[in-house]
Amino acid sequence: MSLEVLAVDDSRTMRDMLNLALSSAGFTTHLAEDGIHGLEVLEGIEPDVIITDINMPRMDGFGFMDAVRSEDKWSRIPILVLTTESADELKSKARAAGATGWIVKPFDPTKLVKALQMVAG
Amino acid sequence: MSDPMAEIRASFFIECEELLESLQDGLNLMDNGDSDSETINVVFRAVHSIKGGAGAFGLDDLVHFAHRFETAMDEVRAGRFVPDTEAIRVFFSCADLLGDLIRAARDGHVIPPEKTSPILDLLDKLVGCEEEEDEEELEFTPAALSFDLGDTAGLPDIPGLPSLEGVPDLAETDLDSDPKLVAAKGFDITFKPETALYTSGNEPLYLLRALRDLGDLEVECLTSQIPALDALDPDLGHLSWKLRIITEEPIESVREVFEFVDGLCTLDITPLATPVDFSAPDDDGPSIADLPNEFNTPTSPSEVPAPDNSAVSTTEPGEPNKEITKESPKQTTAKETPKPASNKASSAPTQPRATVRVDLERIDRLVNLVGELVINQAMLSQSVTEAGIAPNSPVSTGLEEFLQLTRDIQESVMMIRAQPIKSLFQRMGRIVRESSSSVGKEVRLHTAGENTEVDKTVIERLADPLTHMIRNAVDHGLETPEKREAAGKPREGRVTMTAQHRSGRILIEIADDGAGINRERVREKAIEKGLITAEMQLNDADIDGLLFMPGFSTASEISNLSGRGVGMDVVKSSIQSLGGRITITSVEGEGTTFSISLPLTLAVLDGMVVRVGGETLVVPLNAILETLTLTDDDLKALGPETHVVQIRGGFIPLLDLGAELGYRPPQDSYVGGIVLLIGQEDGNRAALAVDAIEDQRQVVIKGLEGSYGRVPGIAAATILGDGQIALILDPTDLVSQASGKTKKRNLPVQLAG
Amino acid sequence: MTDTEKQTDTSSIELLSFRVGGQDYSVDIMSVREIRGAAKATSLPHAPPFVKGVINLRGTVLPILDLSARLGLKTGDDTERNVIIVVDIGGRTAGLMVDAVSDILAIPTEEMQAPPDLAADHAQTFVSSLTIVDGRMIRILDLDAVMPPQGEEAA
Repeated sequence: MSLEVLAVDDSRTMRDMLNLALSSAGFTTHLAEDGIHGLEVLEGIEPDVIITDINMPRMDGFGFMDAVRSEDKWSRIPILVLTTESADELKSKARAAGATGWIVKPFDPTKLVKALQMVAG
Repeated sequence: MSDPMAEIRASFFIECEELLESLQDGLNLMDNGDSDSETINVVFRAVHSIKGGAGAFGLDDLVHFAHRFETAMDEVRAGRFVPDTEAIRVFFSCADLLGDLIRAARDGHVIPPEKTSPILDLLDKLVGCEEEEDEEELEFTPAALSFDLGDTAGLPDIPGLPSLEGVPDLAETDLDSDPKLVAAKGFDITFKPETALYTSGNEPLYLLRALRDLGDLEVECLTSQIPALDALDPDLGHLSWKLRIITEEPIESVREVFEFVDGLCTLDITPLATPVDFSAPDDDGPSIADLPNEFNTPTSPSEVPAPDNSAVSTTEPGEPNKEITKESPKQTTAKETPKPASNKASSAPTQPRATVRVDLERIDRLVNLVGELVINQAMLSQSVTEAGIAPNSPVSTGLEEFLQLTRDIQESVMMIRAQPIKSLFQRMGRIVRESSSSVGKEVRLHTAGENTEVDKTVIERLADPLTHMIRNAVDHGLETPEKREAAGKPREGRVTMTAQHRSGRILIEIADDGAGINRERVREKAIEKGLITAEMQLNDADIDGLLFMPGFSTASEISNLSGRGVGMDVVKSSIQSLGGRITITSVEGEGTTFSISLPLTLAVLDGMVVRVGGETLVVPLNAILETLTLTDDDLKALGPETHVVQIRGGFIPLLDLGAELGYRPPQDSYVGGIVLLIGQEDGNRAALAVDAIEDQRQVVIKGLEGSYGRVPGIAAATILGDGQIALILDPTDLVSQASGKTKKRNLPVQLAG
Repeated sequence: MTDTEKQTDTSSIELLSFRVGGQDYSVDIMSVREIRGAAKATSLPHAPPFVKGVINLRGTVLPILDLSARLGLKTGDDTERNVIIVVDIGGRTAGLMVDAVSDILAIPTEEMQAPPDLAADHAQTFVSSLTIVDGRMIRILDLDAVMPPQGEEAA
């Protein structure tokens, strides 16, 4: 099943890699550079799942998830957090902010796709 | 199409350079006392992003270093460590080394750990965080992405409400009828989602699907806890599932499926006993004699028990509906609503602008093509004129528009190549740090105008001369802290680098607040070296100019810093090869300033085409103040061999361009001849006698240095409309080396080799 | 330089031989970019006499060296009939003006010999090795020595 994915990351390299992994899996990919940009992009699309980095300028991943979750039309969209840490603390923080799951960077494209399937079909 | 991973890798290194720049900026701000959390965050983020990308490409050395740097910056970010000047100096060194590691990784080199470990140890000691040795194994396989969608493809797409109907579909494999079952391994799973599972965006259906991908899955949905309709809170989960999966996969794979919902559900996974195959019992698994059909195994102690929802009872099945609006506990934490946030964003000045990355070679090709276009246009204009076509004819006016368009295109193309000089300034920051610490001086670099845009090639080719000048300023320009204190100056020396656009050129200044040029010493040295004789009368500017003479070095002993066999003469010729000029001003006790003036672009120039001695030359238009025809009254003899031109009460030396370039001997008379009045940066003027003015046009600059070498008085070459090469004059260089002979033949004396 | 590399890599070396000032010279054919007729050169001020000037070679500025003048040989008067051999020299490109191109020769590496040490002969310094072909001595030109030094490009 082809998914529509919004990926938010301030690192261009990471965006490129996400784009490559997601497009190769046949997903429709939208990219944003930070939380605020992510919300702007979100206005015009209806993604099946969102992937977001945490530490970003202007609006970080937590702020972004808060904003997404507080909007009714978006509150059910699964959100995967990109993190370099697999620390439990970070996970619980991410979950508290409304994350559905997490992906540890550097990600394995196959696992990324699997994780997406797991949360969004 | 090339390998996409290789492309991303290449773009990663470009991004790294940008991140290094932000890193430097942030550290500079911190160094200037900025302790704003966003500043620190920028620094942290830069290191973090470099680490992240490096991990993706398996650049272990880089990851390792960045990780420790990041850890330190995290301490700063968390407020556990407040950096002082010394610490920031260490951060700067780390940033420098990080840059080295990045470039090493890019170019496939290795930087030995001996180079990085001292600074890392220093960092650890300073910040007080020990390196955790159990770094995560960072590996990445850029494997081709393939995901078998065959299984899920057949599933009905259930939008909005993934209801119960979807779930039984999963049980395609009838447990009882599958003969494999008898010998199979697998697990019994009880799965009871909590409300939080749904509010976090998880969806049991997808989990079940993922589970099904592991093997044959049998699903039983338990609806007993669904409350009566009137008591039903649709936001709460009321369903639970009993699952049995027949799979060869280990329990970890099953756990992995539930990774995201760990803690958001009651989950129990029990390995199936192997009922038939007695000869092969589960070896390592806890061989609990669980009955295969016993689904109600108690939850393991490690699992969080679910809140008791049994009191609620309803008849309506279903999980929380996506359409239903509700207040989830999460929402109380929301600080910002998306609407105002996005409004803010549209007006935010930091909004990233859309950019395209282009291979520099492509731009250079475009630049060259536009250059050819300009030449072509010139040839066409020439043909049109020669054909005697009237200036107001459609052809001529069309050509006029063509000319305008060509110029616009050229300008636009040049702008693509322009980039802020900032990266260069940042590199100089490192030179200051390294050179000052190696000679034991305290130096601070101040920069201004770092957003001044300069042609990329100019920036690249300025790196070496500027490095040398900065080293010189630190090494020779600034005094030792002790001497500075004795002179009533702050211990810390100051080097200032500025860049600005000024009248169509770029002016770069490097100033120190050191002792200034010791002219007596310079003079002695020059005599010692045989560059001048003791009798020569030299003014201050002449003495300063001696610094640019080949083979001159003021340092009594060659320091290991700037004394690399390269003198200011090389700096000067590098600047000249860029069509630039360098001048010195120095005040004893107050410091020295080097000023570099450069053309905006290396590619084109507005010039006046002149004929002299049978040759065609181009004189840069911005050097020409005016042109005039000499009358007898204008011309005054001065001494036996030279003339001056009297213009509006002032006297200007007359130079015969043909004679100065050695094309022909001086003329018998210059009366009636054409002269170009040349204005120089230092305010001096000169009158250049030429035979004829042919045209005024834009020319494409073709460097001579690459193919032949520097020619005194000549800046570069160009190709004219007729395909012939014409030389482009460097008026300042020509005037500075001019013999000024306008009366009898005398070969011009060459000063520098 | 490529000359020495070629000699160690292969058992023979291909040379472009030509006549200049009445003598037979040659260059490694790997250094030769093209051969073209003479064109009017734009003279360079203050250049040494053997530098004829620069010509436009398809948009690039090509310096032209009068090889006979460079080698201190008798300069041919009729420059119009001359031929220009465009060569790569250590990353730079230059045109060598010669009387005529003669032949392409394949010379086994072992037949090349170092020139005898004759310090008095000015042209000596421009010859990297010698060989005999059909009884004629062929001088292999040291291209690096032929180009005028480019001191100021060091940085």
